[in-house]
Amino acid sequence: MLELNYINKFYNAGTVNEMCLFDDFSLQIQSGEFVSVVGSNGSGKTSMLNIICGSIPIDSGAIVINGKNITNMPEYLRQRRIGRVYQNPAMGTCPSMTILENMALADNKGKPFNFRRGTNRQRTSFYREQLQMLGLGLEDKMEVKVGVLSGGQRQAMALLMSTMTPIEFLILDEHTAALDPKTADIIMELTGRVVREKKLTTIMVTHNLRFAVEYGNRLVMMHQGQAVIDKAGAEKAELKVEDILEQFNAISIECGN
Amino acid sequence: MSIIIGVLEEGLIYAIMSLGVYITYKILDFPDLSVDGTFPMGAALTAALILKGLPPVLILLIAFLAGALAGIITGLIHVKLKVRDLLSGIIMMTALYSINLRIAGKANLPIFSKETIFDNTWLNEIVPETLVPYQVVIILLVIVVICKVLLDWYLQTRSGYLLRAVGDNDVLVTSLAKDKGVVKIVGLAIANGFAALAGCVYCQQKSFFEISIGTGTMVIGLASVIIGTKVFNRFGFLKATTAVILGSIVYKACVSIAIAMGMEPSDLKLITSILFLLILVFSNQKEKKVKAHA
Repeated sequence: MLELNYINKFYNAGTVNEMCLFDDFSLQIQSGEFVSVVGSNGSGKTSMLNIICGSIPIDSGAIVINGKNITNMPEYLRQRRIGRVYQNPAMGTCPSMTILENMALADNKGKPFNFRRGTNRQRTSFYREQLQMLGLGLEDKMEVKVGVLSGGQRQAMALLMSTMTPIEFLILDEHTAALDPKTADIIMELTGRVVREKKLTTIMVTHNLRFAVEYGNRLVMMHQGQAVIDKAGAEKAELKVEDILEQFNAISIECGN
Repeated sequence: MSIIIGVLEEGLIYAIMSLGVYITYKILDFPDLSVDGTFPMGAALTAALILKGLPPVLILLIAFLAGALAGIITGLIHVKLKVRDLLSGIIMMTALYSINLRIAGKANLPIFSKETIFDNTWLNEIVPETLVPYQVVIILLVIVVICKVLLDWYLQTRSGYLLRAVGDNDVLVTSLAKDKGVVKIVGLAIANGFAALAGCVYCQQKSFFEISIGTGTMVIGLASVIIGTKVFNRFGFLKATTAVILGSIVYKACVSIAIAMGMEPSDLKLITSILFLLILVFSNQKEKKVKAHA
């Protein structure tokens, strides 16, 4: 279980530009939940992910994973249990290394990065299998540098790489936002499959209301650092795009957009 | 002939240092100026230790480790104290100037007629008469090849993979649950180890230490790396490390051509920087052309 307890986060605290992002914000995510998070720009969605992952510090509050307080744990150590896919497809792979080398890097997560050979050739067939799952033909391009792949191909690899080793949480930060609609559908389908197969607790931030409604078993709508909608289980299953769109518009009007 | 030998000697010595600059500039994307201090540090240590009577081969190792230590400090300044990369190098380079003077005791320390890796009783016995003119080049070649093979091997290890990843996309290194700062520090340690090793070999070959030999080291290293990677990478079968070594030799050849055309040896640093500028401008234009055709 992941808990955010009474999180306070201000930007530019103590200046005229002070902006309150979270004021005693709390959220609990049960193991096995697939939470879709929607909300307008600046509502705190991505900041919430950054706070969970430790990319930005908080002013006060606690972040607890399975009863263990990780509030002061450095970002890289938290990543042992977390897999993260970013909006920018370039963030999840190394462009100057080959597909095979990238897969090997991801495969070694959690193991010591010592003087053993970087690519274990015996694992190649496993990598090939994994890449085949994507259905993009990448398994025949193992020696190609990732830098020449398209955004969609890279994002598919990023998803694969971030879930290759055992993790507890999958964090998806608008991971389909930079892709064309068709590729976004493919990546989203793949995401659903990976989450199901590996039984991952998942938090997905998205601007695509359809994805938010179709995927996951809980939906949270953020607005000004608060969860204004939070529906799980049967309630979430009944939710339609129109319902949240209505709410979304109400919020936007309120903001004067 | 003697000019060619001279170019090869200089080129190979600076090739060792260029391998280090290849790590910082190409792999880490870190413009590390500390090599301007670690190269003469290797030389200062060597002069001092040879006068103390230590075995010349052991001094190679000591110089590498001392350089690595300096690299670690540059890394700590950058990573832990959050000083910008260029400034961290400048701070280290400036500090090392004084440290080098302390190590050597004075600005100019000759070690003539001492045993070195290039000139010792054992070598004089086994090297046949006909090979003597090439003795230095052969020894240098052995050292450079060892360095290259070791670096190639390292870059294929898991640790080496992380090093390549951190310059490419440090977010991924964090995602792999590794501290990207530590990886950068490791890279700087290896790079400055090579620079100090090059300084050590330089001192043993020239038989003296001089405080100003470090000035422009980074420029020479960068020029070698850029010539190597831009010119020789067209031949796909060459590894980047090999290309950098060839780049270093080509660069030294250009410098000696300039001197042969009538420039004074005192113009050396001027030639060094103008050549570097030409290389930069030339390689930029090529990139633009490639983009225009794309």
